[in-house]
Amino acid sequence: MTQVLTLVLDGVTKGVTREASAVAFEKAPRASPGPAPDADADAQVHPAARLAAKLQASVDPGAGDAVLELVGVSLSFGGVSALSEVDLSVRRGEILAIIGPNGAGKSSIVNVISGVYRADRGHILLKGQRYGQVPTQRLAGLGVARTFQNLALFPGLSVLDNVVAGRAHRVRSSFIEQIAGFGRARRERLDARARAIYVIDFFQLSSLVDRPVGTLPYGLQKRVELARALVAEPDILLLDEPMAGMTATEKNEMAGFVRAARDRFGTTVVLIEHDIGVVMSLSDRVAVFDHGQNIALGTPAEVQRDPRVINAYLGIADADADTDSDDADDDVARGEAL
Amino acid sequence: MTAFATDLIPGSRPETRLSRGLPGWALPVTTLAVAYLAVPLLATNYLFEAILLPFLALSLAGVGLNILTGYAGQVSLGSAAFMAVGAYAAYNFNLRVEGLPLIGSIVLAGLSAAAIGLAFGLPSLRLKGFYLAVSTLAAQFFVQWALTKFSWFSNDSASGVIDAPPLHVAGLTVEGPVGRYLFALTVVTVLTFLSYRLVISQTGRNFIAVRDNETAARIIGVPVLKTKLLAFAVSSFIIGVAGVLWAFAYLRTVEPAGFNLDRSFQILFIVIIGGLATIRGAFFGAALIVAFPLVLSRFGSFVLGDVFDSGVLDMSQRIVLGALIILFLVLEPDGLAALADRLRRRIGTALRRR
Repeated sequence: MTQVLTLVLDGVTKGVTREASAVAFEKAPRASPGPAPDADADAQVHPAARLAAKLQASVDPGAGDAVLELVGVSLSFGGVSALSEVDLSVRRGEILAIIGPNGAGKSSIVNVISGVYRADRGHILLKGQRYGQVPTQRLAGLGVARTFQNLALFPGLSVLDNVVAGRAHRVRSSFIEQIAGFGRARRERLDARARAIYVIDFFQLSSLVDRPVGTLPYGLQKRVELARALVAEPDILLLDEPMAGMTATEKNEMAGFVRAARDRFGTTVVLIEHDIGVVMSLSDRVAVFDHGQNIALGTPAEVQRDPRVINAYLGIADADADTDSDDADDDVARGEAL
Repeated sequence: MTAFATDLIPGSRPETRLSRGLPGWALPVTTLAVAYLAVPLLATNYLFEAILLPFLALSLAGVGLNILTGYAGQVSLGSAAFMAVGAYAAYNFNLRVEGLPLIGSIVLAGLSAAAIGLAFGLPSLRLKGFYLAVSTLAAQFFVQWALTKFSWFSNDSASGVIDAPPLHVAGLTVEGPVGRYLFALTVVTVLTFLSYRLVISQTGRNFIAVRDNETAARIIGVPVLKTKLLAFAVSSFIIGVAGVLWAFAYLRTVEPAGFNLDRSFQILFIVIIGGLATIRGAFFGAALIVAFPLVLSRFGSFVLGDVFDSGVLDMSQRIVLGALIILFLVLEPDGLAALADRLRRRIGTALRRR
């Protein structure tokens, strides 16, 4: 139970893939008729480069490099340990599911990665950069987007504006330029709008662009939130229970969207989910957590056979599960976990 | 990813929102045409002095506060203080800087108010809701105290009273109620248009994002602290200019006590009654707040005769206004602007059916 499975990443392949991405970037064709993103934003990660990297990863899924790593991360709330010595490595272009029973520390992981919590010990490696606490303000600029367990949309804005807001980290123009409305501000506005409309089409929300997002049913709001996260063109997408409280049909639909998003945009996906069925069919790898520790990591089939996993879910472990505050409000979904 | 760039014609989607028969600019342009052409011909001096000039100044203050409270979600009870800063700053710039044109004084007054607003907006980085509202009260009391205490601000006049200088715009001297009305109308039009441009921009969207969900806004890369401070600065700038209009175009003689907490509440009511997060709501709200006491006093003296003296009027105003605000909060939280929208839609359907 206490044994922590860690994945040691292969440093050599990491370097190789990065070089390949750089080459792809040099050769990347300029996007033609659409609005050109401004040069400095463009230079950060050219989408074509990411796609190339993704393709490379899919050629040899075993050797994908790590875009995100947790190294010895521990977190506790007033003496209650939420995470202890967690090591986890996320490969480029994979869908990694994090599962576990009540209070296992799943949400804590996402919150540590997105800088909402600060790890007591350990650090996070994000694209080779080391962070004790990831700076939340710069998260989007670092290529990380997330959704929330409870919806975190802007109810006062339309669907379109919610998604356009997802480009906020790319805005360089000052408010005075925006009032004047030409030059750089205009380019940014049109670019953000065009990308938002594309992503909205992708998620089949086109008929709802002008609707205030607060008037949409829950399942659609979840989808809008995913669209807002994706329009930022993140390298890493963190989904905190994207299917919580959904019907079986909605869950399948959502799983389809998550997979399609990965396939289309080459985004690495880390998701927390309770529905084992959905997780097993959707994810490339599964990390199982219990009591703040990573007790198993592997393909869905491997994990399903793991005795520790079976014990965590079906054994007596649940009786003394500590109550993690951020997991407390989702008992319904938890009930159908297995 | 090339997918992002393909088959996209920017702006190909029609702006469907407001267009119901008429183009979106039709109503504002008509209103402006009436305000510039018809009103000066038809209105009486009384109408200018008692209704239109305070209406314009308060509308502008409402637009300013709405950016802060309606759009960016930061409650402020210091609006009158920023008006006072604007009025006294314009007075001093005009008095002490040789050859500064009136427009220069107004812009500098706005910037002074923005600077003070920025300083008193700093608590917003830590405080929210009621706590922030209470901390903005500090601005209210501090400014009023400073203007009374340091007679330099009022050029050593008794009890801080200032008299507005004659208004010169582009070589012309603005005189009489009509001239001051047109001057105020122009300032309000320009600033309202700029405010509109701001709230539909990316920055305006950031305001709403911070208001609706601060954590989510931060996660998607909205610079939350900067956005809040910008909201305070822009809002105070506009309210400061409204203060200049109040002092220079409307009253012509003001004292610090005229910019008290009552005025701050008045502006807050304008925003709430008119409709939060709508530009036109500020105008509806101001119209109601300005016209309401006059209507009430006419009505009162007509029905009750001599019994309805100024004391009773003052009391009944407060009572009825209070009741009205409660009624609004309960029945139409989105304010007069939402009411007007619904009315227009109904008229639109009625016309189409014909």
